[in-house]
Amino acid sequence: MEFLKKYPKTFQWLFLLIVFFALCFAIDVPETYKFIRGQAEFVKDPNQSSYVFLGKEVRYYAFDVFWRLPPLLGWLPIWINDSLFFLMNEWMPIEVWNEDTQEFKSRPVVLQISRNLTAFMTFLIELIREILLGGLETIVAFTSWDWIDKNPWAELPGLPWTIVAAGAALLSYKLSGKGLALFAGLTMVYISVFGQWKPSMQTLSFILVAAPLSFIFGLGLGIAAFKSKRVEKALYPILLVMQTMPQYAVLVPALVLFGVGDHAAVIITMVVAIPPMILLTLLGLRAVPPEVIEAGRMSGCNNFQLMFKVLIPTARRDILIGVNQVIMVCFSMAVISAFIGAKGLGFNLLLALNQLNIGLALEAGLCISLIAILLDKMSLAWANKQTDYFGNLTFYQRNKNLIFFGVIFVVGIILAYIGTFLFKDTFNYLFEIPHNKGISTADFWNKGVDWIFETFFVYIKAFNTWLIQDVLQPMRALYLRMPAIATIVLVVGAGYLIGGLRSALVVCALTLFIAFSPWWDRALVTAYMATFGVVVSCIIGFTVGTLCFQNKHSANFMLGVCDIFQTFPSFVYLIPVMMLFGITDTSVLIAVIVYATIPATRYTIEGLRSVPAGLHDAATMSGVNKFQRLTKIEFPLAFPHMMLGINQTIVFALFMVIIGAFIGTEDLGQYILKALSDKKGAGIGLTLGICVAFIALIFDNLIRAYVQKRKKHLGID
Amino acid sequence: MSEPVIKCENVYKIFGANAQKMLQDSNGNVDAKTFQENGCIVGVNNASFEVSKGEMLVVMGLSGSGKSTLLRCISRLTDATGGKIFIEGQDLLQLNNKDLIDLRRNKMGMVFQSFALLPHKTVVENIAFPLQIKGVKTEDSINKAMDMVKLVGLEGRENYFPRELSGGQQQRVGIARSLAVEPDIWFLDEPFSALDPLIRKEMQDEFLRLQDKLQKTIMFITHDFDEALKLADRIAIMKDGIIEQLDTPANIVLNPATEYVRKFTEEVPREKVLLIKDVMDTSKDNLGDLKVSKNEIIENVAEKILTQEKIVAVVDNNNEIIGSINPTKIINTVFGGRKNNN
Ligand SMILES: Nc1ncnc2c1ncn2[C@@H]1O[C@H](COP(=O)(O)OP(=O)(O)OP(=O)(O)O)[C@@H](O)[C@H]1O
Ligand SMILES: [Mg+2]
Repeated sequence: MEFLKKYPKTFQWLFLLIVFFALCFAIDVPETYKFIRGQAEFVKDPNQSSYVFLGKEVRYYAFDVFWRLPPLLGWLPIWINDSLFFLMNEWMPIEVWNEDTQEFKSRPVVLQISRNLTAFMTFLIELIREILLGGLETIVAFTSWDWIDKNPWAELPGLPWTIVAAGAALLSYKLSGKGLALFAGLTMVYISVFGQWKPSMQTLSFILVAAPLSFIFGLGLGIAAFKSKRVEKALYPILLVMQTMPQYAVLVPALVLFGVGDHAAVIITMVVAIPPMILLTLLGLRAVPPEVIEAGRMSGCNNFQLMFKVLIPTARRDILIGVNQVIMVCFSMAVISAFIGAKGLGFNLLLALNQLNIGLALEAGLCISLIAILLDKMSLAWANKQTDYFGNLTFYQRNKNLIFFGVIFVVGIILAYIGTFLFKDTFNYLFEIPHNKGISTADFWNKGVDWIFETFFVYIKAFNTWLIQDVLQPMRALYLRMPAIATIVLVVGAGYLIGGLRSALVVCALTLFIAFSPWWDRALVTAYMATFGVVVSCIIGFTVGTLCFQNKHSANFMLGVCDIFQTFPSFVYLIPVMMLFGITDTSVLIAVIVYATIPATRYTIEGLRSVPAGLHDAATMSGVNKFQRLTKIEFPLAFPHMMLGINQTIVFALFMVIIGAFIGTEDLGQYILKALSDKKGAGIGLTLGICVAFIALIFDNLIRAYVQKRKKHLGID
Repeated sequence: MSEPVIKCENVYKIFGANAQKMLQDSNGNVDAKTFQENGCIVGVNNASFEVSKGEMLVVMGLSGSGKSTLLRCISRLTDATGGKIFIEGQDLLQLNNKDLIDLRRNKMGMVFQSFALLPHKTVVENIAFPLQIKGVKTEDSINKAMDMVKLVGLEGRENYFPRELSGGQQQRVGIARSLAVEPDIWFLDEPFSALDPLIRKEMQDEFLRLQDKLQKTIMFITHDFDEALKLADRIAIMKDGIIEQLDTPANIVLNPATEYVRKFTEEVPREKVLLIKDVMDTSKDNLGDLKVSKNEIIENVAEKILTQEKIVAVVDNNNEIIGSINPTKIINTVFGGRKNNN
């Protein structure tokens, strides 16, 4: 009894595990289920049953309540679909003036809004795109096709690539200095010379619309949430789900609402990019010390000045992280939204991956990553810029950059003009280097991949086989062998032990949603892949983070590396692993591990850093050695922050697992991908997305509850 | 006498959800304990006082006694829960937003306990900030700010960021910022507590010199009695939100209104507070040769008096003898107040 009192928590956990295993052993696989090795689902009884819910017939299979819960939520996707259809086609018709037929027409309000939004977005994208590449659409938007036919000169010519490249370098120079200018220049030259100009500019025009709009809306909503508790309360659950919802899943309803094309991609990118911006804005504004706000008010700020001159600049650090996230999400979506018809590098990347042309994929991926890093650094430099009040500037000095740009502009145009004579018979390389006329290293890479594959084939194959047969498949089988009721008991029990009744209830609701959906088995497979990825990522991330932390320079270096890696669009991670491991679960898992190691490493370093220096010295003075200090002081204190890293790791891992469906894993992602090409897929896609989000939220909830308890225990916070 | 610049009438500040209602129910008899049991914290409890033009009122009290809260009420950074506050005859609590902003832009300056500098702005930008908010042209505001930088002795650091300055330097930026708009009313919340003793003394002298010149109306919070004595025209002593006593330094030391004030001032060196006139006798017999002015602080003339064998004459501003002082009296005053300790 003494012992039990001393370690009550340990015993409670033990008890929970015993119950869990007892349930696992007690509940046999029902006869109607046949377990096939390597298959993601059980073969089910052919005797189908059905029930009627809300007037809809829902089909399900024979089930055993303890083994798998009945798919009571099977009606949800259908219902979502019907609702969407109703909204788009029937709900609240309004009279709309039609230009072409010159008469009023009745049209549902949602459809009308969607049309207007679409037109607006398309206009913005085309405007930027045509400034960069040339075209007709913008002029058409103000006139008409007839007018264009009559005036053949009316066409935006597009900028020669030399001007864009030099302009980017100049802007970078002004923002930050030589280093960034050089990087910008080289990036642009690389893109052009390698014949990626057109898709790159298409992607850039997409980003230049999506990122600023996301930033503005995110900031605005963040401010609104800061000012009004009610807005915050309304937004918060949506934000949580949106943050953990895989980006694939949002594509499907967007398809229904906005159709196919760049505009839909921009809108959906905004939907994904705004939530983190809101959260970080809110976080930053909250952290502004009250006395700074008071100082602002005593300086006579009105509300507007207080917000934009005091609060937001003071919260700049967090808001900048938000901007960084927005850019990251935008590039990530630039690739993913190629599925719904966004043009540009993302489309080329997907195409190349589909054809297993690793070389081409690599080139496109590199371009995206370079542009992403460039934009990220530029936005950072812009926000950190200083004004010099003391220089007595002449007119020339003050307008130096404008004049320079003017010169560049003229020179670029002259060069392009000369180009028309130089390259009479071929393409004008001084204007734009066409897609397939640049230097291409694709063959080189493809050969390299082939060589690696041939040379190391035996080893790669052996590793692959070992991993799949001896690690992954048994693990998957174990996951699938869990009776649903046992899993639920385990998860809810953990929730109760960590966060009390409240936590247990939340976790229970989330789990039940998945259990009542028709995709429990798939969710288990998703969970197994994510678990594997997270465990390995955490081990690597903690080790690397701890090692790098030992030295200030290596720590800074590692954080920089994390920054850069984080900017890569998630799809890019698939390229190198496909090079090595082809289309297997191994590829996906390695991509998951690489991607999810980033937050694990970053949070480890940051967590260790957040340990107060005073404690550090105190420990050294009391004669602890380095290792003891690490295990006795730094780890325990850094632990809460590191746990938040695990949280991020889980979200990252889940995203990558879902994206991995692209190379053919058999989890929830596969169904989401299927839903994309299904006319009535919106409901299924959305429900699947919610399932994935809930998996993440279950862990999120448990970890947060744990961290809070730990923090209270340690007296930090 | 002209109208007081700051006038408080029964000001209450109570934190908590239903503070307003509880205050109404209590009919002005606020008891901190019962309020606390109901989840309310009493910040300021029934404060009434006036500060006239050019006067410096120093507010003292233990940590958490409500000094900062009182200041916040008078600058309307928080709305007082009850009572009335007049600034130059205007009812502060009735001001609309625009008038309040005007008042702050032109009349009030405040130095904060924790500096409260804007982290993204350099020293000059911080100091120029209130001017720019007012709409002064960038160039003028920066020039004015540079003058202020010189005034507080931060030349050469005008382009530093707050995080690159020591605590004392940051506070000097805070002081410069509050002075940039040349306010008539100046609130200072422990402005010198982050400074080292040397700089502090320098700043105090500088402060007195400024005040001599500018004649601002000042409310000044400090924990340091020496500082209070050096600067104050009057001192207010607070405890649990209540102003226990508000009087001249001498009166507070000589006639403490409550037991708390007596304890609070027990350790105060009397010779630094009291003037000759506070302790002199009115008899004019057996006078010696030495004459001291009635307005001298005892500390400054104590040595002279104590070396006399005879009774010393006290004179007024016109050098007329108005009383006398006995060396034993000096000894009693200086050491008498601390008999409890021995
Ligand atoms: N925003 C607030 N909400 C609730 N209670 C508050 C708030 N601000 C101050 N208080 C309480 O009011 C009381 C007075 O606080 P105040 O800051 O005025 O003390 P102070 O005299 O300035 O102390 P110090 O010398 O430490 O600055 C304290 O008990 C404090 O806990
Ligand atoms: Mg205070």
